[in-house]
Amino acid sequence: MTPVKLYPPKPEKVYFFGTCLVDLFYPEAGLDGIRLLEREGIEVLFPEDQTCCGQPAYTSGYQQEARAVAAAQLGLFPEPWPIVVPSGSCGGMMRTHYPQLFAGTDLEERASEVAGRVHELTEFLVHVCHLKLEDRGEPEKVAMHTSCSARREMGLAETGPALLAQLGQVELVEQARAAECCGFGGTFAVRHPEVSAAMVEDKTTAIAEAGAQRFVTSDCGCMMNIGGRFEQQKSPVNGEHIASYLWRRTS
Amino acid sequence: MSAIQTPGVQTYSPREFHRQAHDALGNPQIRANFRKAMDGLMTKRRDSFGDWELETLRELGANIRLRALAKLPDLLEQLEANCEANGIKVHWAEDGEQACRIVREICESHDARSVIKGKSMVSEEMHLNAHLEEAGIEALESDLGEYLVQLNEQTPSHIIMPAIHLNTDEISEIMHDKTGTERTRDVDYMTAAARQQLRERFMAADVGVSGVNFAVAETGTLCLVENEGNGRMTTTVPPVHVAVTGIEKVVEHLRDVPPLYALLTRSATGQHVTTYFNMISSPRKEGEHDGPKEVHLVLVDSGRSRIYQDDELLDTLRCIRCGACMNHCPVYTRVGGHTYGTTYPGPIGSILSPHLMGLDETKDLPTASSLCGACGEVCPVKIPIPDLLVRLRRESVGEGRGNVPGAGVKRTRKEVAAWKGFQWLATHPSAWRAGTSVAGKLKALMPAKLGPWTDYRTAPKPAGTTLHALVKRHQANKSHQPNSKSHEEER
Amino acid sequence: MRARDAILKRLRERLDGPLSAPESDFAVVTHRGWSQEERLARFERWIASVHGEVIHSPRDSWTETLARVLADKGVRRLALGKEHPVAAEARRALADAEVELVDVDRDIEAWQREQFESVDAGLTSTRGAIAETGSLWLWPTPDEPRLISLVPPIHVAVLDAETLEDTFFDVVEAHGWADGMPTNALLISGPSKTADIEQTLAYGVHGPRELVVIVRHAGATPEAT
Repeated sequence: MTPVKLYPPKPEKVYFFGTCLVDLFYPEAGLDGIRLLEREGIEVLFPEDQTCCGQPAYTSGYQQEARAVAAAQLGLFPEPWPIVVPSGSCGGMMRTHYPQLFAGTDLEERASEVAGRVHELTEFLVHVCHLKLEDRGEPEKVAMHTSCSARREMGLAETGPALLAQLGQVELVEQARAAECCGFGGTFAVRHPEVSAAMVEDKTTAIAEAGAQRFVTSDCGCMMNIGGRFEQQKSPVNGEHIASYLWRRTS
Repeated sequence: MSAIQTPGVQTYSPREFHRQAHDALGNPQIRANFRKAMDGLMTKRRDSFGDWELETLRELGANIRLRALAKLPDLLEQLEANCEANGIKVHWAEDGEQACRIVREICESHDARSVIKGKSMVSEEMHLNAHLEEAGIEALESDLGEYLVQLNEQTPSHIIMPAIHLNTDEISEIMHDKTGTERTRDVDYMTAAARQQLRERFMAADVGVSGVNFAVAETGTLCLVENEGNGRMTTTVPPVHVAVTGIEKVVEHLRDVPPLYALLTRSATGQHVTTYFNMISSPRKEGEHDGPKEVHLVLVDSGRSRIYQDDELLDTLRCIRCGACMNHCPVYTRVGGHTYGTTYPGPIGSILSPHLMGLDETKDLPTASSLCGACGEVCPVKIPIPDLLVRLRRESVGEGRGNVPGAGVKRTRKEVAAWKGFQWLATHPSAWRAGTSVAGKLKALMPAKLGPWTDYRTAPKPAGTTLHALVKRHQANKSHQPNSKSHEEER
Repeated sequence: MRARDAILKRLRERLDGPLSAPESDFAVVTHRGWSQEERLARFERWIASVHGEVIHSPRDSWTETLARVLADKGVRRLALGKEHPVAAEARRALADAEVELVDVDRDIEAWQREQFESVDAGLTSTRGAIAETGSLWLWPTPDEPRLISLVPPIHVAVLDAETLEDTFFDVVEAHGWADGMPTNALLISGPSKTADIEQTLAYGVHGPRELVVIVRHAGATPEAT
């Protein structure tokens, strides 16, 4: 677990690192994250040369490849602005594993410096922006799935629910075993598909049994997994990235 | 060391992880038994640490284990010297085979025909029962769970609760079949029956074999943690007691024991304490009326000194074998202990077994984790299990330090090419943008197959446009109308 | 000696070089600062939670309490020592009772089956107890050997209230355990139990089914019996 983090005052600008899954599959979620930040009066810098944090290679054991990809991202944030990432998984990679990945290399110092500026989006909205939300949506029962990386690697079990709690018309329901993994785990879902399937099956069942009409999450891997399972079951429960959900209900 | 192969015993192999997982997942009884048990254990653990400064205690536990490992060779020598001074004979074994031979020779020197065993995972690891049986020596497990598993010709499915894969009805059936008890759901009846059956065996046993939870260098003391009393029986009733343990189980001081014991019982079963904490420092002394006349300690290496060489892998040896990592593992909970095909299942097994058996045997274990981090979060001595799983994945694909047996076993030209391709794209931003803007291109980069994904879920659909493109448009809009739409809407 | 030397050599010539040992801060396992009342309450709560039976008795009439316990439990043969004051007082008090007193100052080889099959209870003294976990601590002696707290179906343990301490760590430190350990040192926290059959708790699997702790009080006895 990361040590207690001291948060900076709300900055004038931030960098936004969209992540590859958002880039390719959920670009609206990324844009909604940017809109939420801009609405707080923050200028959002989007380094055009960003690609992927390197986590897929890292967790697959391809260390050199991960390091090369990560090194390419390290140069994207030259000014001392915070780096906001709409994913606990990629955020955890950058905050926790970048310093490990570059330990003993020329880039060690820069990796630690960058890592120290990385914030997951909901974390940033709660602890730095002190975001206040006014709900304009219809009444709805929602379950939050906090990704394992956000929950354990970044210590952010509370920030997503804290934001949802501000939405007056939203009833946050808690699914059984909310802290349990949904079974995504990056390449785990492809290497151990049956085990992963058993896990996501339990997750969708728990969310449905909690009476949720929708689940929100701050990680697109979990969304792809849980949402894909719901969709295949032709369940009425939909998934939405928390950035889109917050933006949609408050704009 | 090979996969678990005890004659007549149902065998599982880590090579067959996928098939065994498939079978377990398809067995509703197994699924239900593990789910129920793990749910209970997680709740009990949480409750048991209620009024403790858990993080401070874990910090101390980790620190004690690190200190012991830092001084390991000195402490082993100190332990040996103090044990010998107390009258405990100390033996050293390079591997399980050698350790088995030492135990067998001790048995043979007493013409022993019957061995009674307390719970010992190291003896499971070295397949001691099979070895003794080949020499015509019967080895009977006395921990109730181990006894039931042995009756059922199986191996343990959990390091603390060996029979956790069986429910009451199944156990009743096993006891009825093998020992002639009535079929019943009465747990007290079955427990009393086992007590009766095993008491005869304790009295008849020539040698008692136990494990060790902590070996204290300072005093030459062997500590055993248990609830049943079979550990005390095993180490007190037969005339000879042989304790087998891994070389990493040593701690420096007696005062190091209380914090580790507090962590162990709470992490393992959510108990604030176990019924017995049994500390043995010598055989029966002149004038004493019971206890074994001989006590032996067998220190087993079996790959541990190789793990010891590496700063990162070293953390594996901190383990105090509480099983909390498996109790909290969503994979273990789904597939159960036998699926792993190793003595130590679950997360700790996946970071330990590759060193004991080689990555070629165990290559599917380090990947059998979603890296959810639950194991690392509950580990009482703060072993960074997820990081160690990643390290072993690195070793498997030949990008580690090469100091784990079987390193590089999973390296294939195809996969390397795929990751090199990923690296090239992700380090060439304009190519990346060009690639990602053409929806679906990235599919080619998905490792192995995407096939199984869609057996259970719909395929992820590329959005057609990318965030890069959306941001570009968004920024262009904003620069055309300084009071952007979003800002207007907010007011 | 070959394996020994090879193992130690590998450990000493560690690839990544020598390790530095951290210092330990044990504050978290000591300094509870409980009053005697709190200690007693904790001890009793914890040991009762695992089916240990606690009976308070004034110091000077504890043998009457013992006699009552033995009668209530139908104990006909009681194994006990001779020299320890607990055993000596019990022997005197029970001399005329119906309970048969079984000597334990004999090598176990001479009476193993008798001990396993025809002793109803074992009586032992205790050296002290631990409030935090509800544990008794015993250092068996030739006078009170190891098996009498294990083999008979009932274990009656006699504890003096003032010997209660806060934590296991405190006991180890205060009594200088590290300066010399006995053949066998024991913490006992309740009767023998198992949960190996589908997590269902059952008592008396290998050791005693019942543990009765007679807590002797020099002064006022809480809820005196």
